Amino acid sequence: MEAGDRTVLQFSTQSTANLSAKVHPLVVFNICDCYVRRPDQAERVIGTLLGSVLSDGTVDIRNSYAVPHTESAEQVALDIEYHHNMLVSHQKVNPKEVIVGWYSTGLGVTGGSALIHDFYSREVPNPVHLTVDTGFRNGEGTIKAYVSVNLALGDRQLAAQFQEIPIDLRMVEAERLGFDILKTTSVDKLPSDLEGMEVTMQRLLALIDDIYKYVDDVVEGRVTADNSIGRFISDTVAALPKLSPPAFDKLVNDSLQDQLLLLYLSSITRTQLGLAEKLNAAAQIL
Amino acid sequence: MAASSAPRSFLQVAATEEVVSPLRVVQIEGLVILKIIKHCKEFSPALVTGQLLGLDVGSVLEVTNCFPFPIREEDEEIEADGANYQLEMMRCLREVNVDNNTVGWYQSTILGSYQTVELIETFMNYQENIRRCVCIIYDPSRSNQGVLALKALKLSDSFMELYRANSFTGEKLREKNLSWVDIFEEIPIKVSNSALISAFMTELEADTPVTQCDYDRLQLSSNPYMERNMEFLIECMDDLSMEQQKFQYHYRNLSRQQAQQQAWLQKRRAENMARKAAGEEPLPEEDPTNPIFKPIPEPSRLESFLITNQIANYCNQINGVAGQSFNRLYLMKALHDN
Repeated sequence: MEAGDRTVLQFSTQSTANLSAKVHPLVVFNICDCYVRRPDQAERVIGTLLGSVLSDGTVDIRNSYAVPHTESAEQVALDIEYHHNMLVSHQKVNPKEVIVGWYSTGLGVTGGSALIHDFYSREVPNPVHLTVDTGFRNGEGTIKAYVSVNLALGDRQLAAQFQEIPIDLRMVEAERLGFDILKTTSVDKLPSDLEGMEVTMQRLLALIDDIYKYVDDVVEGRVTADNSIGRFISDTVAALPKLSPPAFDKLVNDSLQDQLLLLYLSSITRTQLGLAEKLNAAAQIL
Repeated sequence: MAASSAPRSFLQVAATEEVVSPLRVVQIEGLVILKIIKHCKEFSPALVTGQLLGLDVGSVLEVTNCFPFPIREEDEEIEADGANYQLEMMRCLREVNVDNNTVGWYQSTILGSYQTVELIETFMNYQENIRRCVCIIYDPSRSNQGVLALKALKLSDSFMELYRANSFTGEKLREKNLSWVDIFEEIPIKVSNSALISAFMTELEADTPVTQCDYDRLQLSSNPYMERNMEFLIECMDDLSMEQQKFQYHYRNLSRQQAQQQAWLQKRRAENMARKAAGEEPLPEEDPTNPIFKPIPEPSRLESFLITNQIANYCNQINGVAGQSFNRLYLMKALHDN
């Protein structure tokens, strides 16, 4: 990211053009939890981000831990030994996770952040700085990520600028399943299999209804037709395999029979177990 | 009088604190669930464990944080390492105000085959130091089916007493009225989140229902999963039949020994009659030195109980998945008809 030979103030955006960060929701949870537990006199929480750098340059942020720090108007002090201890412990479990940056709560980047960023850039070539606005100052919770870009005039380094990079919040399937229960403040019990099925099917039904309504609207002329959407819909409908009704029925019935067989087997097994247990416990030598 | 009644009433108060309310609910934070999911998924199919931290409040066990354990080698020197790791993590977490209290551990499992003797031993180890501990079992293979398979387990008290006495004979079990169902108690799980996190999540949630849909639940192919389940079931049945054979062998030995005892007794009696006729002292009717009077130890029923538990688990799972498959098949049928 060094500036070229020109004596023009350069914002070298080329290298950061394809840089983006992928944040796992666990990291957000961790940060919020640490924020809630912070000591009373601290205004914000600072911590390290762990993860890996993917082959296309995206930074994958997977885990995080808080680092105690003291902050005053002029200076910021970070507990470096703690930071290293935690890093070593975390790497014992997961040696592939390395430092990729650091986070702090609160909107925007302050002067002290530059110093901390400097410290982290000694550990990692290009650290990512994540800010999580727990104060909801903009009326919503904003999560932003920055990398440091060097501003140079000719050959002299003038300053470093924090430049924002796009963030991708993704959830893995297992987490997506639990997303509903993660959303509310409390859930009384985990949903059982069938309840989950019910919810999923309702959602599917809602989707199908939406599509129906959209197609109706287009046909009646209430909404202008969008060709790409139309193409998507026709692709989806065409994706249903064309089977003749008898063949399809046979397929469904075969699967049904298989499942019924398994159910039968498992019921027999359970009966057998009950019987065996009664016999075993009741057996006495006369 | 007042002076002596004051300490007595304090003692009374202290004495009544001993009554422990039974554990009714385990309250887990969303953070812990995410961490467990992440850890188990990353290392699957290897089995991993970790420690749970939290608070024990009345009839609710709150789990507020957790940390994973590194994969432990079988080496001796790594044992001390593991303990060091644990202490280090707890100390570091204490500095950021995380609850430092161990309330149990979590482990991942494959297809629900977690009932082993090691589990019980770990429970007993934990129970010695902590009054109430719980084990959370997470099954990452079931998340492909679209189910969050999280369970909180605890050993039942009566089982623990028996285990400490280390006797699993039929008599004792009948006394306590304990069957294989009573070994593990499953405790309902409640999930709680701090308000901040739920605000964030609601914010970050995708607005359209399209990305919200959990498509994995609608997958039609449950065959591989069922196949594996059946394989495990069959293996367990083999194990169970082996245990049954052990019992049969024991009973056969026992009845043979009894027959021998009867025969010896008859002989003694006949001898005594002869002696009485000859006017001599009758011999005693029992002879403890004779090897046929030695009591044969009854084999422990612990293994068979555990295996039975596992089988029941597999059956339950098969039932659950079959139910889901029925739903999906009928759905597909309806869609096709349209």
